[in-house]
Amino acid sequence: MNIKLKIWRQKNAKSKGRFETYQLNDVAEDMSFLEMLDYLNGTLIKNGKEPVAFDHDCREGICGSCGIYINGRPHGNDHRTTTCELRMRLFKDGDTVTLEPWRSASFPVVKDLVVDRSAFDKITNAGGYISVNAGAAQDANAIPVPKHNADVAFDTASCVGCGACVAACKNASAMLFVAAKVTHLAQFPQGRIEAVERIKSMVAKMDELGFGSCTNTRACEAECPKGISISTIAKLNREFISAKIKD
Amino acid sequence: MSKLDAKIPEGPLADKWTNHKAKLHLVNPANRKKIDIIVVGTGLAGSSAASTLGELGYNVKVFCYQDSPRRAHSVAAQGGINAAKNYKNDNDSVYRLFYDMIKGGDYRAREANVYRAAEVSNLVIDHYTALGVPFARDYGGYIDNRSFGGVQVSRTFYAKGQTGQQCMIGAYSALSRQISKGTVTMYPRREMMDLVVIDGKARGIVVRNLITGEIERHSAHAVVLATGGYGTIYYLSTLALNSNGSAAWKAFKKGAYFANPSFVQIHPTSIPVLNDHQCKLTLMSESLRNDGRVWVPKQKGDTRKPNDIPEDERDYYLERRYPAFGNLVPRDVASRAAKERCDAGYGVGPTGLSVYLDFKDAINKKGRQVIEDSYGNLFDMYHKITGESPYETPMRIYPAGHYTMGGLWIDYNLMTTVPGLFAIGEANFSDHGANRLGASSLMQTSGDGYFILPYTIADYLADEIKTPKIATNLPQFDEAEKNARERINKFLSINGTETATSFHKRLGKIMWDYCGMVRNEEGLKKALTLINELKEEFWKNLKVPGTGEELNQELEKAGRVADFMELGKLLVYDALNRKESCGAHFREESQTDTGEAKRNDEQYSYVAAWEFNGDGNEPQLHKEELKFEFVKLQERSYK
Ligand SMILES: Cc1cc2nc3c(=O)[nH]c(=O)nc-3n(C[C@H](O)[C@H](O)[C@H](O)COP(=O)(O)OP(=O)(O)OC[C@H]3O[C@@H](n4cnc5c(N)ncnc54)[C@H](O)[C@@H]3O)c2cc1C
Ligand code: SF4
Ligand code: FES
Repeated sequence: MNIKLKIWRQKNAKSKGRFETYQLNDVAEDMSFLEMLDYLNGTLIKNGKEPVAFDHDCREGICGSCGIYINGRPHGNDHRTTTCELRMRLFKDGDTVTLEPWRSASFPVVKDLVVDRSAFDKITNAGGYISVNAGAAQDANAIPVPKHNADVAFDTASCVGCGACVAACKNASAMLFVAAKVTHLAQFPQGRIEAVERIKSMVAKMDELGFGSCTNTRACEAECPKGISISTIAKLNREFISAKIKD
Repeated sequence: MSKLDAKIPEGPLADKWTNHKAKLHLVNPANRKKIDIIVVGTGLAGSSAASTLGELGYNVKVFCYQDSPRRAHSVAAQGGINAAKNYKNDNDSVYRLFYDMIKGGDYRAREANVYRAAEVSNLVIDHYTALGVPFARDYGGYIDNRSFGGVQVSRTFYAKGQTGQQCMIGAYSALSRQISKGTVTMYPRREMMDLVVIDGKARGIVVRNLITGEIERHSAHAVVLATGGYGTIYYLSTLALNSNGSAAWKAFKKGAYFANPSFVQIHPTSIPVLNDHQCKLTLMSESLRNDGRVWVPKQKGDTRKPNDIPEDERDYYLERRYPAFGNLVPRDVASRAAKERCDAGYGVGPTGLSVYLDFKDAINKKGRQVIEDSYGNLFDMYHKITGESPYETPMRIYPAGHYTMGGLWIDYNLMTTVPGLFAIGEANFSDHGANRLGASSLMQTSGDGYFILPYTIADYLADEIKTPKIATNLPQFDEAEKNARERINKFLSINGTETATSFHKRLGKIMWDYCGMVRNEEGLKKALTLINELKEEFWKNLKVPGTGEELNQELEKAGRVADFMELGKLLVYDALNRKESCGAHFREESQTDTGEAKRNDEQYSYVAAWEFNGDGNEPQLHKEELKFEFVKLQERSYK
């Protein structure tokens, strides 16, 4: 198939960006979306032009590196997929496809479609852990954990830190990301010990880094490639409020 | 004296580590913060080492090329992580885990190291659980285990098909805690360009800041490489695309020996190549072979749809050749058998390079729901990629480059032949012999980082407490930075017509054809010639757009591919030297009457450790004889 690509090009964080249009022919339908971009880049380089920069690594939906805003949706128009999992099969001959980086003041553009998501690491550093040193733990089966809790922990810990939730949100809130982490760790008895402190410091860090607040538009949940549920945010809010009352 | 002193402690197998630990020197807590340690890599190996060293109070600097340490390639592991907990009461033990790894590795691993890896495996599981890794549990709240990779006990801990990601998140959280405490400083988006050796000791690295292009100097009292495997040398592999062999290669050129480089595991069940632009092969977990049956048509070039081929016209070749293990034979055996059928003209799919993995019988017997519960996410992944549903039509699979058993040579203390340079995780060579068993890499990478390196590195550092901070303006740093700059300028100035990716693809094909699943003398010699020619062309006709002072992904690729050209030759030398078949290394000249791998223990029961001998020269071979005191060498038979 032949497609037209409208791609955001920006040399670096300081320069101004603009859209460029490229015509790409002979796109195979069993290509992945990123293979299509590799193909475009090969063509650009051969013609003496600069290739389009984009983040990627695992190419199978698990590292969270990739993330492109495609036709107005983070990770494109397929249910629960990362950009690298998106296939060209979903596009038609003659389609125009628009590619933009995540847009959020807390994720500054580095180049073209690459953004700086280090704010997520900073939020995690603020408390997204259970404080245990190597060698200090008891036998893994010493504390039974109800299967339900283990399953919730799994589901929430499957957040890959891609940032689509922020990109999808009109307030650029990182609430889904934070709530996923807080919910994950609170499922374990040893994780409950610091639960309240964790919420407070992670939320404070999120605010400090300029992410907006959550107004329940549910856009994040709809675009999260890992299906993290917005109910985690409600849970976080309940704990946060009760913690504030105790303060 | 040869530098190859493995320092394996004397005494009974089960006491070696305990006795050795008692003799290792310690560093006083007050002295630790004066000591700088560099860790390159943030996978399970690097993150575990860095966080633990931080907890102990050392001053740690960590590097990775991704934008966040959490994205290291360890996230991709699907199946699980082994430990000898014996939670299933099926008579598992540290000894059995050790024995399975030694046998699975086809008797080309060190007994003492493998035993120790098995010994610390239980501590790894305890620690991950405490960190909040949600291993699968049963309704009573206790942890569940499954059997994996054809062993006879259930010792694999798992978190659905995301064990790597879930463990990685645990390891990353511990790392984050140390970063917040200031014991660890994180340097993401940095690529190691060289190792700095001063007076014979590893003292630092130079890295390129991938965003600004700046070349930075970092010094330390010791350097730990946790940079993962080099399976991407085949271009198409199951690894993350940016995985590379460069850091290990730079260490090799600075004097670290490289051991068994040609021992590469080709995984039997990956989704086959679909188009010419493909750059990655997606793994379908080994666990699928518990229920899927592998077959090809009995008739050559049969173009009928799989479901139209009647039962008696199908060749379930694994069940036919290996009645005892059937579809559950180890990875190397399953891979070669698939290649054999496809080469003989029985392969299926548009290219003839794939075989069927069929769930029809399992669905009929157990019901669709049971199969969905076990493999639903994998079936969905397959469906998304190929557009076909494995519930309705058999999957098509083919082997793909996956894991490198070879790596930097290390002694029992995980130290390379360069004093002060340590290698952990997939980057070292020691625990998997010629073939790795499923779920034992996550176990080893984590064990190295949490419970082995922190003890052994102290033994080295105990002599360094009087060494002041290493200055970064020493001539050795100048030299390393100059070399890095010159190389970058060279890449940018060639201004040819072919991309780094295109060269990588061509190199990958040479490696796959002549140094892949099956090797022979003639082909390997041909590969040397072909790589030399390609390398020459690369340095004449490479095209790298842009500059060195910005994010330049083509420049990053060029550096990695340049190193792969050299590393590729080392793989070939190693494969040429080893005129026996063992594990994943199959030399056609050395096979039994029935086409199985034939080891030659008389002549090749050694680790081949290669020393850099100057650019353009053949590397020098050193042999570390493997002594088997505790197990009897046997023919590996799965019939
Ligand atoms: C698809 C797949 C599935 C697997 N499933 C399993 C499984 O179920 N069970 C199991 O036990 N094993 C499995 N394995 C193997 C296992 O995942 C790996 O062997 C293991 O995770 C390697 O961990 P590591 O820490 O050594 O390296 P990695 O996780 O590969 O980390 C390497 C680190 O080094 C950094 N790095 C590399 N080069 C440089 C450089 N030049 N400069 C700076 N930084 C650098 C990277 O940024 C990264 O942080 C699987 C492998 C694959 C490919
Ligand atoms: S919550 Fe979902 S969308 Fe947000 S970072 Fe995690 S995986 Fe991505
Ligand atoms: S590249 Fe890893 S999730 Fe897309």
